Amino acid sequence: MRINKDEYIYAVSRIRCKENKLLSSKNIDQMISMKDAQSVERYLTEQGWGTSGDYGHKDILLCEQDSLWELMRELVGDLSCFDFFRVQNDFHNLKASIKAVYSDIDPEFMFLSGSVLSPLDIYSAVKSKEYSELPEFLSSVAQEAMSILLKTGDGQLCDAIIDKACLNEVERLGNNSGDALIRRYCEVFVAAGNIKIAVRGAKLLKSADFLLRSMADCESLDVKLLASSAARGFDEVCSYLSATDYKDSVSYIKESLSAFEKWCDNYIINLMKTQKSEPFSIGPLVAYIIAKQTEIKAVRLILTAKLNALDDGVIRERVREMYV
Amino acid sequence: MSGLFLAILGAAFATFMAGIGSSIGVGKAGVAAAGVLAEEPSLFSKVLILMLLPATQGIYGLLVAFLTLQAVGVIGDPVGDISVAKGALYLAACLPIAFSGLMSAIHQGKCSVAGINTVSKKPDQMGKALIIPAMVETYAILALLISILAINGIKVLSI
Repeated sequence: MRINKDEYIYAVSRIRCKENKLLSSKNIDQMISMKDAQSVERYLTEQGWGTSGDYGHKDILLCEQDSLWELMRELVGDLSCFDFFRVQNDFHNLKASIKAVYSDIDPEFMFLSGSVLSPLDIYSAVKSKEYSELPEFLSSVAQEAMSILLKTGDGQLCDAIIDKACLNEVERLGNNSGDALIRRYCEVFVAAGNIKIAVRGAKLLKSADFLLRSMADCESLDVKLLASSAARGFDEVCSYLSATDYKDSVSYIKESLSAFEKWCDNYIINLMKTQKSEPFSIGPLVAYIIAKQTEIKAVRLILTAKLNALDDGVIRERVREMYV
Repeated sequence: MSGLFLAILGAAFATFMAGIGSSIGVGKAGVAAAGVLAEEPSLFSKVLILMLLPATQGIYGLLVAFLTLQAVGVIGDPVGDISVAKGALYLAACLPIAFSGLMSAIHQGKCSVAGINTVSKKPDQMGKALIIPAMVETYAILALLISILAINGIKVLSI
């Protein structure tokens, strides 16, 4: 898929206006300092979140998530140019469907919106074992993951197969996008996924073969080397990464996996900041989606922390950098 | 081929090439302006100015075409026969605004789109957002000047 840059002039202009309404780091700080979740919800409503003041916090977040995709549909018509985001939710919904079928439970509470396919379609295909009803990128992995789960009962292995398929699909979509920013985002997403698998694998003393079953090929990392380093131990992973584009992440990996995840999110948001001065390409739309999702994640974190009376310092430690 | 035909060909080049440039430039800027207005209708007057900047090249092309048609007597007072050499000179005189108008309007349109984006984020930066695409105008004006000087010079040549 090649992208005609001029197609996005209208969309980018609208997005520039929308960016003025994104929450800044200052707004986030203000919310963290508020005394309870109700004050945060009130503040968000004042900022235009949700459509009325009657929303509970989950509804406000859902409403923002749905409005984001509604806006993108209005701006570009066909959302397939954002499939590299949306397929991530499809793979999550596939995991949920397989586990729900295996455990005979209702999966709806586990489903994520903003996916390419309807989660219920995935669930019904998995339940009826009619995998051919699923598109190519899901059908074979759904069949393989389900049969592995039924044979071995190993949920971890089932997840590993689906995660690898997800990373492969994101990498493929990135390479086919024809846009440098999307390609870079997908590359970082896949590399971060591989690094997380390696770090977890090193801590759980998994073999290189097992890790390779979960890792996807990417340009910026040699996955075979990463997997064999992980099989030799955590320090070997760090020493391998020190010689790659991700050397800055090593100190965060040593701290914790959640510190590394924060580093990845901040890396991506800083990558997106280059789009603030780009008037023509799809880049500013991609940046806006990531900025909005970062904002929603931050608000979810603050609301959950306030509901559970967590310390403000803990929230500040976990909250990501904002786009504006 | 008559001299008159060549002169009219020059006038046509000046009009349609500069016109094409302007329509592309204004078209791009107009799409961006519509995007901003969908969110912020209060910015209409600011984005309108930026949107119209690339329209001037089309006007310059029209002006040069008028002067050429007047010089060869197609409009206004008749001037008698135009030699092939003189017609070719008129054609050459029209080319600066034809080419410069085409290219500068397209690029000015792109600058205007960027300027409209700037204004949508920071309406108080209108002055700066206007100066940047206006710089591109310089080259259309230089071409216009040369085309006008050349037409006036050719008029008095006895060839």
